[in-house]
Amino acid sequence: MTSADQTTNGETAACVTAFESFSKTSGSPDWLKDLRTNGISHFTELGFPKQNQEEWVFTSTKLIQELDFIPALASAGASPDLAPFLFKDLTGPRLVFVDGHLSHGLSELPTLPDGVLITNLASAIETHGDLVKAHLAHYAKTDGSGFSALNTAFIQDGAFVFLPKGRTVDQPIHLIFVATDGDANTINLRNLIVAEENSEAKIIESFCSAGEQAVFTNVVTEIAVAASARVEHCKFQEQNRESFHVATIQAQLERNCHFTSHSISTGSRIARNDINLTMTGEHVECVMNGLYLVGDQQHVDHHTMADHAMPNCDSHEYYHGILGDESRGVFNGKIFVREDAQKTDAKQSSRAILMSDKATLNAKPQLEIYADDVKCTHGATVGQLNNEAIFYCRSRGIDEADARRLLTHAFAGEVIERISIPAVREHLEKIIWDRLEELIED
Amino acid sequence: MSKQLIEIKNLSANINGKEILKGINLTVNEGEVHAIMGPNGSGKSTLGYVLAGREGYEVTGGEILYRGKDLVEMAPEERAREGLFLAFQYPVEIPGVNNTYFLRAAYNEQRKHRGEEEMDAVDFLAVVREKMKLLELPDAMMKRSVNEGFSGGEKKRNEIFQMAVLDPKLSILDETDSGLDIDALKIVATGVNRLKSPTNASIVITHYQRLLNYIVPDYVHVLFDGRIIKSGGKELALQLEEKGYDWITGKETVAAR
Ligand SMILES: Nc1ncnc2c1ncn2[C@@H]1O[C@H](COP(=O)(O)OP(=O)(O)OP(=O)(O)O)[C@@H](O)[C@H]1O
Ligand SMILES: [Mg+2]
Repeated sequence: MTSADQTTNGETAACVTAFESFSKTSGSPDWLKDLRTNGISHFTELGFPKQNQEEWVFTSTKLIQELDFIPALASAGASPDLAPFLFKDLTGPRLVFVDGHLSHGLSELPTLPDGVLITNLASAIETHGDLVKAHLAHYAKTDGSGFSALNTAFIQDGAFVFLPKGRTVDQPIHLIFVATDGDANTINLRNLIVAEENSEAKIIESFCSAGEQAVFTNVVTEIAVAASARVEHCKFQEQNRESFHVATIQAQLERNCHFTSHSISTGSRIARNDINLTMTGEHVECVMNGLYLVGDQQHVDHHTMADHAMPNCDSHEYYHGILGDESRGVFNGKIFVREDAQKTDAKQSSRAILMSDKATLNAKPQLEIYADDVKCTHGATVGQLNNEAIFYCRSRGIDEADARRLLTHAFAGEVIERISIPAVREHLEKIIWDRLEELIED
Repeated sequence: MSKQLIEIKNLSANINGKEILKGINLTVNEGEVHAIMGPNGSGKSTLGYVLAGREGYEVTGGEILYRGKDLVEMAPEERAREGLFLAFQYPVEIPGVNNTYFLRAAYNEQRKHRGEEEMDAVDFLAVVREKMKLLELPDAMMKRSVNEGFSGGEKKRNEIFQMAVLDPKLSILDETDSGLDIDALKIVATGVNRLKSPTNASIVITHYQRLLNYIVPDYVHVLFDGRIIKSGGKELALQLEEKGYDWITGKETVAAR
């Protein structure tokens, strides 16, 4: 064993110990136990990501490691006030997870179309074991990073959404993940969304904090979108600014499907989002739309990937960032166009506004193109607000501060506009406007 | 006698340390239309920007009295609220800001300045509708972002539409005619003429006598190398159209034979 492995062992010890007691107590099917064991062994090997790894150069996980790892393995029965996290006018299905475990009391499940399942993973494993087994951990790589390995080791609960062939859930499905202050400090969540052929749904994941403590949320969401299905996925993260948030969204997109991913990130001390879309069929249309808005010493990192494995697919990506104070942003957008993926249309645009001299952004588009008949464009800008536009506003009677406000709102608004659910747009606009006010005033 | 609206006295101005305006004298009274013509790069847009208060345009000499006040001391937004309007030669695109929303924000700033109550979206729409008819503007344009993706002609029309809604005392139209097709030119010119009143005035910057067939100026000035080198009545524009600028600037005509 090399010395590097030794240090890894030191860092991972708390997690391994926690895993040992966790695996003794949970009575799960063997396939799941195997999955978890596979997870912990990858984790022991990989450890927490380090800055000498290409994907983590700009994001340090030191603060996360310093948090003693105390996973919330069982529900502590907390029942936080949900009011601030509910979206007005959103009355569809709602699952609420408190510290990583479903709260039946806070959840709301109206009658669903035949065969549609909206439930928590823990019960789906019991009631629909084969279905879960056929999909769980089939899309997201367990060894993608130390965090995804750790997530797999502690698979226990999360949301499970299953849309059978041809079914549509009309109302948006709201999944709320609340962290509370308690003895535990680590929340592990595993979500699985399976959309069969021709099905359709809009799904919102909200991550929020009811308390003020530093809690580490480690979440993996796997999404399988079958042929001609339509899924709009909106992730919104507004956890408290002591928190750590690491999330992976892994979507597999089959022929003719439409998939949209929105990622809106305003919270957490450190937030890392990996969003990977793999197109495994032709004529897929997918969008990655993102907005991050941070201040103080917040650190927000988006690593996205559009993997064009098949021909004739479109992927369009738009990321906007607004960074104030001493915050730091990272954007890494990968586009892979594999040899067979002719007639690919891939667009990527990353724009950021720095509201203070001390804010920074590391943006890196990363295009790897192995097919020759493709359309790929990317653009990245980092800067201040457009002075000409400010003057134009002023020349019409709007003062400078209001002009800045108007332009910043518009910049954020461009991303919000792409969300198709009015209730979500309205809620996010309000939160984002408030957050912007904070940043503008500083 | 009509009242003096703006008096520009021996104005000189720099951009990035380079002297562009070199002693301009111009007085505009209420009810008047002044045309400014002149070759490319002579400083016409610079004059417009200096009047509107654009950053980076430094007044190095002379003075500008606007409605009796020192214009140079006023912030751009104050000038606008006091009724000065510049129709840009190159209107700026503002993605994500709705055209109607933007205009209402501007309109309400000016109302506030005059001590009037702000107007709500519904009442404002009524104001807007009327002016849209005047300029034959399609509804769709009002729902789009300010100038974003507008054609060159649409941008110019949108400038005059803003002017119609804001109802300025002094408007400066910087090459509003360029990029307009003949029908749009007529619409815009009709609009400008309808907005004309005995208490407001405009400065029309143009290269073409064509516009002045529709918007008939009281005075025509030739700006050359940062100075007004000739002024006259509307017939001066016709002469310029015919002979070019060389006969005034004194440059030899070099025939390209
Ligand atoms: N930012 C700048 N820095 C340096 N020089 C500038 C700048 N902006 C304009 N100029 C120069 O100032 C001079 C006058 O420009 P201006 O735009 O006022 O001309 P104009 O008369 O409006 O010309 P046109 O008929 O082409 O519109 C030009 O020589 C131009 O190159
Ligand atoms: Mg010009």
